[in-house]
Amino acid sequence: MSGIVLEGVTKRFGDHLVTDAIDLVIPDGAFTVFVGPSGCGKTTLLRLIAGLEDIDSGRLLIDGVDAAQTSPAARGLAMVFQSYALYPHMTVRANLGFALKVARRPRAEIAERTEQVAEMLNLTPFLDRRPGALSGGQRQRVAIGRALVREPKAFLFDEPLSNLDAELRAQMRIEIRRLQQQLGITAIYVTHDQAEAMTMADRIVVFRDGRVEQAGSPGEIYRNPASRFVAGFIGSPRMNFLGGAIAAKHGAVTIGVRPEHLAIDPAGTISAAVQAIEYLGSDSFVHLGAQSGETLIARGVPDLDFRSGDTVQLRIAPGAVHRFDADDRAMPAPAPAPGANIFEETV
Amino acid sequence: MRTRRRHRAIATMFAWAASLTIAFPLLWTLLTSFKTELEAVSFPPRFLSFDWTLANYRGILAEGDYLHSLVNSVIVAGGSSALVLALAIPAAWSMAFAPTHRTRGILLWMLSTKMLPPVGVFIPIFLFYRDWGLLDSRTGLVLLLAAANLPIAVWMLFSNFREVPGEILEASRMDGASLWQELVSVLAPLALPGIASTFFLVFTLAWNESFWTLNLVTTEATPLTAFIAAFSSPQGLFWARLSAASILSIVPVLLIGWLCQRQLVRGLTFGAVK
Repeated sequence: MSGIVLEGVTKRFGDHLVTDAIDLVIPDGAFTVFVGPSGCGKTTLLRLIAGLEDIDSGRLLIDGVDAAQTSPAARGLAMVFQSYALYPHMTVRANLGFALKVARRPRAEIAERTEQVAEMLNLTPFLDRRPGALSGGQRQRVAIGRALVREPKAFLFDEPLSNLDAELRAQMRIEIRRLQQQLGITAIYVTHDQAEAMTMADRIVVFRDGRVEQAGSPGEIYRNPASRFVAGFIGSPRMNFLGGAIAAKHGAVTIGVRPEHLAIDPAGTISAAVQAIEYLGSDSFVHLGAQSGETLIARGVPDLDFRSGDTVQLRIAPGAVHRFDADDRAMPAPAPAPGANIFEETV
Repeated sequence: MRTRRRHRAIATMFAWAASLTIAFPLLWTLLTSFKTELEAVSFPPRFLSFDWTLANYRGILAEGDYLHSLVNSVIVAGGSSALVLALAIPAAWSMAFAPTHRTRGILLWMLSTKMLPPVGVFIPIFLFYRDWGLLDSRTGLVLLLAAANLPIAVWMLFSNFREVPGEILEASRMDGASLWQELVSVLAPLALPGIASTFFLVFTLAWNESFWTLNLVTTEATPLTAFIAAFSSPQGLFWARLSAASILSIVPVLLIGWLCQRQLVRGLTFGAVK
């Protein structure tokens, strides 16, 4: 078992509280993604787990042992850095074998492990090159390989794909995920890209201002966001928010509706002006300005028989309303009153 | 196009003029070292039309003091530079990669010690050295010159280390490298150009240092600076032999500069990150 458990982990930089008493259990063998806007403390938390920063208070348990005072290497975790952080003066072979070399392993074992990992990551032809002579994707694979060689208890990824172009990023996402599943090693992956989080994670932890805003599977977080922040952060395009009278009718301060649950329907009761239409082939998004001032996005309009500037009617799909209170926390779904149709309201 | 060529020609002329002006004393010393003592002081001075002679060099090398002083200079400059690097590398490492809010202050304070003229501390240091038996000793010079050059070395290495991406050092820490391995296997190779140029600078400074070397040593530990100075004292001024001695003193530094140069131009950090 290689569980990582955080209990009240707190870190300050001067007066700034970077992580505020975080309690978290990282499931064994699962792919956990830390996601949140920049400055939310997710990278700091990863560095605290890695041992690159010292924890101010709280406990960090790795395999049930408090590791807060253990050196980074002795924690048995491997990290892939955003910049890859390869050793530029060493060949790919030396980069991959460095951890084994400093651990004074026999030369034959180092050679064998290095070749094995290179094979796994298709790096064999590049073993005698230096990082400077590799493409971005290849450097990325060397960085992953360097983590693999050590057979760590867990992988820590710090926004590893942010320096790659979109196509390569999508490819590497799948490659990393496949590798992790194949090896069954626990992984913690930090990103600010919610799409990356949704596609890769077994479990997502959403951070905000040094606190855990919500943790759960991608489906749970998408379907039942715990707060308006999570609702707006996860999902693309982002959730529509409506306040005022329509929210009040639902007994909430704000209501949220995902773009796919907002339909353009002459029978609908929300009037809005079409501002722009994004046609993406398999999908289309209509940007609308509601009469009450909010900007809304509706997804998947079948026949686009209107243009910018037209006024259309919108209908919210039944049961698709997320309600939020004055503190922006999610409210439990209301029990529908008999006969009442709360989804047909005028803005 | 034509104006650009003219600008280039003017710039080239300026560069040559500046270089010759700067190099003139050295070139003149070189020429004088091949003259006889009479020609060395003749007026008007002769540039190339004189009787070239190696007598000055032969005389200096025959006296035997040169070798003694050369060995002393190599030991004093080499030893103090090695000591400087041994202290400055860890110091600069901690300031560059684990700075605190006092780091800037410490750096400035260290530099401020260079603002005091050495003569200001001459008496106390002379007395200490007398009591500790360090007068006229190579150990005494090594310690003193190391202390004198340490601030500059820390400054140079600090700015150089800051160019090394910290994540590479963190990666080595994750890989299990000890502090020593991190410094030797990762930081030193990456910062080699900076370390080489720092070494060259402090070596040259120690090699040419002529306040302490002239005042704290007399016979046993005399380096080349004292050797050169000897030609301008007791028996009178010997320009030609003084010049020859100076040229012989410059040669080792030029050699080291040439050796270090290969490291100075090698950019190793390329491709490390991004």
